[in-house]
Amino acid sequence: MLPEVRRKRVRAIVALLSVLTVIAMVAFMTLGAKGSWSFILSFRGAKLAALVLVAFSIAVSTVLFQTIMENRIVTPSIMGFDALYVLLQTVLVFAIGAGRLSAMDPFLLFLIEAGMLMLFSNLLYRWILAGAARSPHLLMLVGIVFGILFRSLSSFLQRILDPSEFLILQDRMFASFNAVDTSLLGIAGVVVAIVTVIILRMLPVFDVVALGRNHATALGVDHNRTIMFTLALISVLIAVSTALVGPVTFFGLLVANLAYLILPTSRHAVVLPVATLIAVVTLVGGQVILERVFAFDTALSIIIEFVGGLVFILLVVRGAAR
Amino acid sequence: MIAVEKITKTYGSSVVVDGVSITLPKGGVTSIIGPNGAGKSTLLSMVGRFLSADSGTITVGGLDVTKTPSDELAKRLAVLRQDNHLAVRLTVRDLVSFGRYPHSKGRYTVEDERHVNEAIAMLGLSGLADRFLDELSGGQRQRAFVAMVICQDTEYVLLDEPLNNLDIKHAVEIMRLVQQAARRLNKTMVVVLHDINMASTFSDVIVAMKNGQIVASGSPAEIIQPDLLSQIYETEIKVVPVGSRLVAIY
Repeated sequence: MLPEVRRKRVRAIVALLSVLTVIAMVAFMTLGAKGSWSFILSFRGAKLAALVLVAFSIAVSTVLFQTIMENRIVTPSIMGFDALYVLLQTVLVFAIGAGRLSAMDPFLLFLIEAGMLMLFSNLLYRWILAGAARSPHLLMLVGIVFGILFRSLSSFLQRILDPSEFLILQDRMFASFNAVDTSLLGIAGVVVAIVTVIILRMLPVFDVVALGRNHATALGVDHNRTIMFTLALISVLIAVSTALVGPVTFFGLLVANLAYLILPTSRHAVVLPVATLIAVVTLVGGQVILERVFAFDTALSIIIEFVGGLVFILLVVRGAAR
Repeated sequence: MIAVEKITKTYGSSVVVDGVSITLPKGGVTSIIGPNGAGKSTLLSMVGRFLSADSGTITVGGLDVTKTPSDELAKRLAVLRQDNHLAVRLTVRDLVSFGRYPHSKGRYTVEDERHVNEAIAMLGLSGLADRFLDELSGGQRQRAFVAMVICQDTEYVLLDEPLNNLDIKHAVEIMRLVQQAARRLNKTMVVVLHDINMASTFSDVIVAMKNGQIVASGSPAEIIQPDLLSQIYETEIKVVPVGSRLVAIY
């Protein structure tokens, strides 16, 4: 494809998605509004901000994860990252009690959780990926097993937890796109802003890393260090999205692969914003349609997971897992 | 000059490269030949800092490959390895442009663009520059990767079996290009080859390896000898002079 044609097509895609994003946001803020505008705008505004942060975190973390894994069907959540986040929450409630946990500074708590996630991703990388076993199938299998382990441990601990503590925990964990935890918005916003600045500076490095270890090394990129650092960024983003709405498995896979599908280029400077826009349109737009048009309440995550799961199966069948 | 000193690499109990010491001259084409499992690619990988050696030192143009920052080395040394599967979808031009990364770090200048276009033209890919790599034949793809390495414009170039997947025409073209880069641009080209006759025709120096050691090194006339080759490949090989060249028959 000629460079000019590609540039035009990228511009058209970005323009179209931007328009859709604005429409979705405006609809989200205004449709079906009854009563005081100042209340509606601040209430819905906080929710919208949370959805946008979640969309960004999931889209960017998935694309970057697939870049460093050189594989377009693994995602951080398939590898058990957010199951670990839930386990961390459970262990925290179990160890120090929900009451004291609630009294803790949410910022400090978030930092601890994000830090633990980083530690885990680091270990995971050292144990599995740095060794000779670079097979994506083994990798996914290990990830899925880790995920099951984390989930089973969580549910075991939840079973022996005091019922009232469990209620509080459930409230923290099973947030959905509907019941966003807006108390963490400020921290999440700051964290996402910092991560964005770092990512912007690293865009060309990601393009090189996507070529794989050999080519990246030959072109002078310290592959191991870049991957470790990127995994840390991904951990932070997962912590943000899981803290705000709880674990989502297939959403990242869906938006990342849609972005690859419609874009004629693999440059991260294009893929990351487009994947983010698709994620925002899907989340915000989906929420509007479900809440306002069909008047359903809890189904968006189910529908997204359903479609995402179908895409996952399709990708496996089509052999994208090579 | 590439200086390899007492390099050893073992995987478990098997010694892949066994205390190899050799100095490759600056400029010219050096071919490394030898049977499968001789340690050619492993040696090349260690020179290209993909693998770390268990012991010994390697310097390229005076720079220790394990101590020099990787991005500095990338301006002096370009390496193409055998397995070139890509997870991303790129056009030929995208791929070749990556050769400029060590110099421009992603901010491409007019100068970089010129290098890219030259490399594409040199490998005869001008008509294919805007095609995606997965739309090309194996040989065309191989040439695109060679173009990327040429585009990196380094004094030292290491190619691990660059003739894989290439038909005779394109194999000869690549070897001519390697020779030209050495003669005209005064680059140091090191090539791992399976085809002894290609090595015989296009090299200034041939290094023969077997069982992780260097068996012999010297000019093609010194290495393309029936006894030596028969011993290295454990196959009866005859050598016939054709014009000014030596041709091995097996």
